Amino acid sequence: MFHIYCPHCCEHREEEEFHVKGQAHIARPVDPEALSDEEWGNYLYFRKNPRGLHHELWVHNAGCRKFFNVTRDTVTYEIKEVYKVGEQPSVVSPADKV
Amino acid sequence: MSETNSAVAIMNQVPGSDADVRGESPLHHVGLADITDQSNGDAGVVFSEAGLLGHLTLRCEPSSPLIAVAQTILGIALPLTPLTSVEQGDLVVRWIAPDEWLISLPNDQVFDLETRFRAEMNGHHSLVNGSGGMTVYKLRGRHVVDMLKKSTPVDLHDSEFPVGKVVSTVFAKSGAVIRRTGESEFELVVRRSFADYIWLWIQDASQEYGLAVAS
Repeated sequence: MFHIYCPHCCEHREEEEFHVKGQAHIARPVDPEALSDEEWGNYLYFRKNPRGLHHELWVHNAGCRKFFNVTRDTVTYEIKEVYKVGEQPSVVSPADKV
Repeated sequence: MSETNSAVAIMNQVPGSDADVRGESPLHHVGLADITDQSNGDAGVVFSEAGLLGHLTLRCEPSSPLIAVAQTILGIALPLTPLTSVEQGDLVVRWIAPDEWLISLPNDQVFDLETRFRAEMNGHHSLVNGSGGMTVYKLRGRHVVDMLKKSTPVDLHDSEFPVGKVVSTVFAKSGAVIRRTGESEFELVVRRSFADYIWLWIQDASQEYGLAVAS
């Protein structure tokens, strides 16, 4: 178990109160009709699985029930940064373009 | 969204005194009145249920001008600081999320308050009467923090959890909105469907400290 900072409640809470919702910053295509099957398939099903920094969407489901973003190191589990939806991460690995 | 304020049909959920209906709280089957023990002064945890209260969930953007309207209707300002609550007489307003508050007050005042909100709040907001879905447990006693520590992962130390603080969190295998109402006094808002489970859990967790039921 580890503590996660909720940017809406403004305090750390147990991991038990949260759920991870997968990769963050996935923009829905503006015009899905114009996509090829491969592009649509990539949008719908294909996710990053990095070794190292990963930007994830989390939800404080037992608390304020708000979504927010977490930048986490998948090797060490260390949370580098927590930021609200709509904001951009300040901790970015060189290989990772958000 | 429509700007009209009469589109929502509301009804008084509390039956009139002439109706042949008896209100039953979620712990009605326990018969708390029969096991109330006024003499048990040694009990480390004292439990009581504040059943059949009225609960309104208000949702509104904190930057909206409607916040001021809500303040006029309630007579107190909505708590905008995270994890805080305000109280005035029988009225309690708890911060749940940046755009959500839980308003509790006596059952017979809910319909009037809801009617006022419908009439005076023009704009983007939501008000839901969840009175039947929740109940309130009041816990006090010198071992109340010890009992709660077994049940929830939040930090209950005085420095982290002062009087007036409110958190929505996990409680046992369920959830609760926990508010500190005094030095060794807490209040839990729990879902009706989990009321019996949490009552059984509290009995078990309080066993080593002694549990008394107050009216």
